[in-house]
Amino acid sequence: MCAVRGLTKTYAAVKGRRGAPGVPEVRATDGVELDVRRGEIFGLLGPNGAGKSTLVRQLTGLLRPDSGGVEILGHDIVRHPERAARILAYLGQESSALDELTVSLAAETTGRLRGLDARQARGERDAVLEELGLTPIAGRALKKLSGGQRRLACFAAALVGERPLLVLDEPTTGMDPVARRAVWAAVDRRRAERGTTVVLVTHNVIEAETVLDRVAVLDQGRVIACDTPAGLKERVAGEVRVELVWRDRAPLDVPEVAVLRERAVESGRRWTLRLAPEEARAAVATVTGGAAFAALDDFTLATPSLEDVYLALGGAARQGLVKA
Amino acid sequence: MSVVPAEVLPGGALGVEETAPGGGAAAELGPRARLWPSLAAVYRAQLSRARVARIPLLFVATFQSVGIMIMMRGVVDSRGEAQSVVAGSSVVVVAYVALNLLAQYFGQLRASGGLDHYATLPVPPASVVLGAAAAYASFTVPGTLVTAAFGCVLFGLPLGNLWILVAVIPLAGAALAGLGAACGLLAPRPELATLLGQLGMSAALLLGVLPPDRMPGIIRLARDLLPSTYGVEAYARTFGAHPDWAVVLVDLGVCAGVGVVSLAVATWAYRRAAVR
Ligand SMILES: Nc1ncnc2c1ncn2[C@@H]1O[C@H](COP(=O)(O)OP(=O)(O)OP(=O)(O)O)[C@@H](O)[C@H]1O
Ligand SMILES: [Mg+2]
Repeated sequence: MCAVRGLTKTYAAVKGRRGAPGVPEVRATDGVELDVRRGEIFGLLGPNGAGKSTLVRQLTGLLRPDSGGVEILGHDIVRHPERAARILAYLGQESSALDELTVSLAAETTGRLRGLDARQARGERDAVLEELGLTPIAGRALKKLSGGQRRLACFAAALVGERPLLVLDEPTTGMDPVARRAVWAAVDRRRAERGTTVVLVTHNVIEAETVLDRVAVLDQGRVIACDTPAGLKERVAGEVRVELVWRDRAPLDVPEVAVLRERAVESGRRWTLRLAPEEARAAVATVTGGAAFAALDDFTLATPSLEDVYLALGGAARQGLVKA
Repeated sequence: MSVVPAEVLPGGALGVEETAPGGGAAAELGPRARLWPSLAAVYRAQLSRARVARIPLLFVATFQSVGIMIMMRGVVDSRGEAQSVVAGSSVVVVAYVALNLLAQYFGQLRASGGLDHYATLPVPPASVVLGAAAAYASFTVPGTLVTAAFGCVLFGLPLGNLWILVAVIPLAGAALAGLGAACGLLAPRPELATLLGQLGMSAALLLGVLPPDRMPGIIRLARDLLPSTYGVEAYARTFGAHPDWAVVLVDLGVCAGVGVVSLAVATWAYRRAAVR
């Protein structure tokens, strides 16, 4: 349905002006290969600056790749970028084009510009706003809405005027659980009824685990893994994640704790460790008994999440992904 | 994971079947938005935007022009000069909104990635540019009318030929909005777009309001190069007892010509800015 081959894009270096340092060139996508199947909810996961937006902007014909190809439903998008607008709907990270419109007008206008006639556009507008629970705020300007409401309104605009492919750049950022559920329900309904395919960018590991059929993990412009969430987690199935939170600071005078430190990813008072099950057991025994326990605030043991997969794959951002 | 496994989805009935690379037919494309309906949709949306966010600015533009006329009242001594001042001040309202504000709008839209929204819709570039330009131009109507009527009363000029504004506003509006949109879309940074818009506005103000007979030659040349000048002249000529309608038509024709060219440039600039 959507095939990406060797997609490469480098942003040119910017020379520094007096005083200000220059920006070196950035290879934002580096030989990306993907195959998205029809009816799939396909996720792109990766840290800030991994190249996710750059990748989807190339899929949507907004950005011309330096090399490589994008084929969607048999159309060569690199050669005919203008066709993308007739195959897919895109929800970008920015909403500035719609900011000063009311929710209702934003949805209706977008539908009109997607080729619907006036009556269809109004009909679909009403249906989509109702579906997403936006009817009560339909008359308010996007600018005056909360971040999550605004995001939902932009998502609504993307749904007016049906398309076989939805490309969504962080659709649920800033949304509360109710709004998120409305988004995923709307996506699922379209998929069940019309076979709609969805390519989406996300930072949210929990979301990725629950809604995606397959995930590509992106790091520094490269796809470092691509599988189902379960398949990815199997790669680190032998491991257990141990999180330790110290009250004040770690009791490094306890030798076992000092040894653990070497394997921990520290962020403030929190240590995250990935350990084999028996090591984890030993570690827990250490910190819950004796001198270390007095310094311990909290600890958790968990089976690995996609975040652990990402770290195990050697992602550059050692702090892991944002887990909203 | 989602509740519907990908394998059991409805199939070819939708006409969006998989195609092997290189072989088989590509899926049917969605409809294209046609020029006039999408122009109307953009116009409506932009006008509502302008209404919500720009009404204070329209007041500013109108007060500015009214203020200029009040100040000039002490300086102007002939009827001909009074006509230039009133006509110039009225057209400045158009310049303020169509050139200055539109340049700002497109500059910011481009910088913030807002053009992506339009670029991923199958809408002709001309619809986006013309729709926005038309909305901004029509947004100037009340301010221009108020300024013109106030000026006529202030300087004791006849109100009878005020209807000429029906031609002057859209034609000068087209020329100035086209320039504004082109500046906004071509400027590499949004601050530059704002600056260009402001400069254009200042030029329209200085060169349009001051009576031309007192200007040095080089400035008068600059005045002749500014499209708003022809709107001002056309309007100023209609105050006479027996206006020379042929010359008025020529002036309006120049406005229209510049309008066509500048809107074409703006459309080209939009296309260029939208697909990077
Ligand atoms: N217009 C641009 N000019 C130059 N460099 C850019 C530009 N846009 C992005 N980059 C760089 O390209 C890299 C990838 O950026 P991109 O926006 O694709 O990341 P992302 O994965 O979407 O990040 P985020 O999660 O923060 O949205 C980053 O290093 C970024 O600094
Ligand atoms: Mg991004």
